[in-house]
Amino acid sequence: MTKADIVQLVFEKVGLPRSEAHEIVETVFDTIKKTLIDGETIKISGFGTFTVRKKGSRIGRNPKTKEEVEITPRRVVTFRASDYLKELVEKT
Amino acid sequence: MTKSMLIEKVTERMDDFTKKQVEAIIDTIFDGMKDAILRGEKIEIRGFGNFRLKQRNAKTARNPKTGEKLQVPPKNALHFKIGKPFHNALNSISRDV
Repeated sequence: MTKADIVQLVFEKVGLPRSEAHEIVETVFDTIKKTLIDGETIKISGFGTFTVRKKGSRIGRNPKTKEEVEITPRRVVTFRASDYLKELVEKT
Repeated sequence: MTKSMLIEKVTERMDDFTKKQVEAIIDTIFDGMKDAILRGEKIEIRGFGNFRLKQRNAKTARNPKTGEKLQVPPKNALHFKIGKPFHNALNSISRDV
C-alpha cells in the first residue's frame, strides 16, 4: 500500500474529489510529522503510538570494513502498535 | 497528542472541511492501513516511513516466578521504519549537507 492507495480509499469511501483527498492525506501525515518534530507523542487509538526518543552517541562498526565509527546523538521515532492491533498482527 | 487533537489540528489547516469530515477521513486512513497490514501488505508512505510485518521466531521463555519453561509460538510484529527526509528533519539535517 502506498500513499496513492490511501488517497484512493479516501476518494472512494468519503467521496472527496481526488485532488482534495490527496491534499488532506498529505496534511494528515504532515501534521503528525510536525508534532513529532516538536517532540510530542502521537497516540491513535486502535492503531498505535509514535514516540520520539533521544539517543546518545555510541560506537558503531561498519560491518564490511569493521571500521569503528561514532554514531552521532540523534532523535528517533519509535512506533508501538496498540494492544488491539498487536494482537491481530500476531495472528496474521 | 491524541486522535481527537490530531483531528482538530488538521481541521485548522483545511479551510473547507468540518471536524466531522476530517474525523471520517482520518478514520478511513488508519482503518485502511490496518486492513493492509492484516493482509500482510507493506505500507510505504513517502516522506514519512514504512510499516511492515516482521516474523518473530518461536522461543522458549521462562516464568521468572516459578522458573517454569514454556514454549512461545512464532508470531508477527509490526515494525515502523522512519523515512529518510523525516529522519533528517527530526535531526535538523539539511538536505544540502
